[in-house]
Amino acid sequence: MNPATRAEATRLHAALLAAGATAVEADILLPADTLLDLYGEDIRARAYITTDPLNGEMMLRPDFTVPVVQAHMTSGADPARYAYMGEVFRRQDSLTNRAREYMQVGYEVFDRNAPQADAEVFALFSTLLKDLNLRPATGDIGILMAAVKGLSTTDRRKAALQRHIWRPRRFRALLDRFAGRAPIPTARADLLQRLAGDTPQALITAAGPLVGLRSAEDIGARAEALIEDAKAPPIAAPEAALLYDLLSLEAPSKAALSHLRGISPMLPAITPAVDRFEARLDALSSKGIDVQTLPFEASHGRTTLEYYDGFVFTLHGPNDLPPIASGGRYDALTAVLGAGRSIPAVGGIIRPGLVARLRGSA
Amino acid sequence: MTLKIGVPSKGRLMEKTFDWFGARGVTMARTGNEREYSGAVQGIDGVELVLLSAGEIPRELAAGRIHLGVTGSDLVRDKLADWSAQVVEWAAMGFGHADLIIAVPVAWIDVDTLDDLDAAAAAFRAVHGHRLRIATKYHRLVREFLMLNGVADYALVDSQGATEGTVKNLTAEAIADITSSGETLRANHLKVLSDGLIHQSQATLFAARGADWSAQAKAALAGLGAQLGLPAPQIDG
Repeated sequence: MNPATRAEATRLHAALLAAGATAVEADILLPADTLLDLYGEDIRARAYITTDPLNGEMMLRPDFTVPVVQAHMTSGADPARYAYMGEVFRRQDSLTNRAREYMQVGYEVFDRNAPQADAEVFALFSTLLKDLNLRPATGDIGILMAAVKGLSTTDRRKAALQRHIWRPRRFRALLDRFAGRAPIPTARADLLQRLAGDTPQALITAAGPLVGLRSAEDIGARAEALIEDAKAPPIAAPEAALLYDLLSLEAPSKAALSHLRGISPMLPAITPAVDRFEARLDALSSKGIDVQTLPFEASHGRTTLEYYDGFVFTLHGPNDLPPIASGGRYDALTAVLGAGRSIPAVGGIIRPGLVARLRGSA
Repeated sequence: MTLKIGVPSKGRLMEKTFDWFGARGVTMARTGNEREYSGAVQGIDGVELVLLSAGEIPRELAAGRIHLGVTGSDLVRDKLADWSAQVVEWAAMGFGHADLIIAVPVAWIDVDTLDDLDAAAAAFRAVHGHRLRIATKYHRLVREFLMLNGVADYALVDSQGATEGTVKNLTAEAIADITSSGETLRANHLKVLSDGLIHQSQATLFAARGADWSAQAKAALAGLGAQLGLPAPQIDG
């Protein structure tokens, strides 16, 4: 650990405490199952996993958000603000010079006034790092999720799209198919034809012996779902066009807001999310952020670890460096980890090692 | 310092490797008694034969303990992170063909593509309470492939052998394994996904970027290349 990094971390941490946060600690060695459950197999490529002879798989802390949320959900006040500092560990599967271990200083806000809390985190980070002239990027995954929920199509299609919000490539493939832009795969067409003349059970029996845990009922249920899907009309072209348009929306925040207001009558389901966007811009503006120029991309943050479901932001330094700071809203995560309870939450991290480098002290 | 070339120490892979070099005027043979792992190269100067398990050759190449090595392209891609930064594919040797594929039970009439697998995995998790398990020994290749294709709600479980049997034994729902003729898959009531081809593997002659490329080793490499009729491998960069 570079001493300048630690000094910078201590300074940033103190500034977050001064902003009203309570200091919070988290274990470095975390049980792997919670994280695997949240992120799936993909996290194995990004985190160090080791085994404990008695507790099974353990993970070197890949970020603080999950343990901080867990701690808050068991014993936190409402509202609450937390600050932390410490190392995180990221497995690197390529010979880049990306750090495998680095310091994070973070701030997490559990507060029911979401637009204010979003603006608070972003403005606080922007102020703390003002001298570095970082390039901000922002987005709002909530708008995308609302647009998907509002599509006039089957619940099953909406759920499939919702599930892949964070995997842009598969999301796009699904949308293309549901919108009738991509052809039905031949094997699917063949199957549908056979299902027209036979029951799923008869086809399963004819296909060969069934081995494994996935049962004939499981297979039959999906076959029924495929039949239902084939009967459903494609997502109407104008509606699909709006969604494609939304996915590629990139504009300064105020202009993005006008654009979203412009398409809301045709996609009324996004109106509450756009209202929240506007409330956030007002809150940001009152904290001194210039929302005329603040960049907005509707798809920003879709390739990060999948828990952000609202406002997302990144503060970029020079191109050869990873983001200096990033964060976002993760309301759904508190529900997943909260055992029946949930609270709106937003937070972010700063990398003091990079800050120290930019300030020339490391 | 001599140029060390690692070659599989037994079986068909060793024989085919010896044949391949032999056909190009480089004679390789085991020496000593038939259980002793030592060998010799004739027809070329400054080249030393090192007999190794095919599975260890990627690691030895990455460590730079051998300059050249013959092994399956699947093993190099799976065992070495960022493999192309560590080794160079010098020559595809045209034998040892095997496809790394994803297979599911033949009775899964609703699953033919990765898209189907992903949808089936989501439903499976909701019904059975755990992710759909895919048995494999190729963890890196399979995970990268599924991540690239946006498949979610699966878990990889390790299987070092008899992988096709894991589904029947209820330790996995699907498998990712190498196959050449597909007979073992059929015998175990499995079918290959139509877009489930992860990698087409074959025996390949690799050069290690991190080996000690002294003037002597480079001279031996040039001599070997001339004999084999291969352009020099781009070891640097």
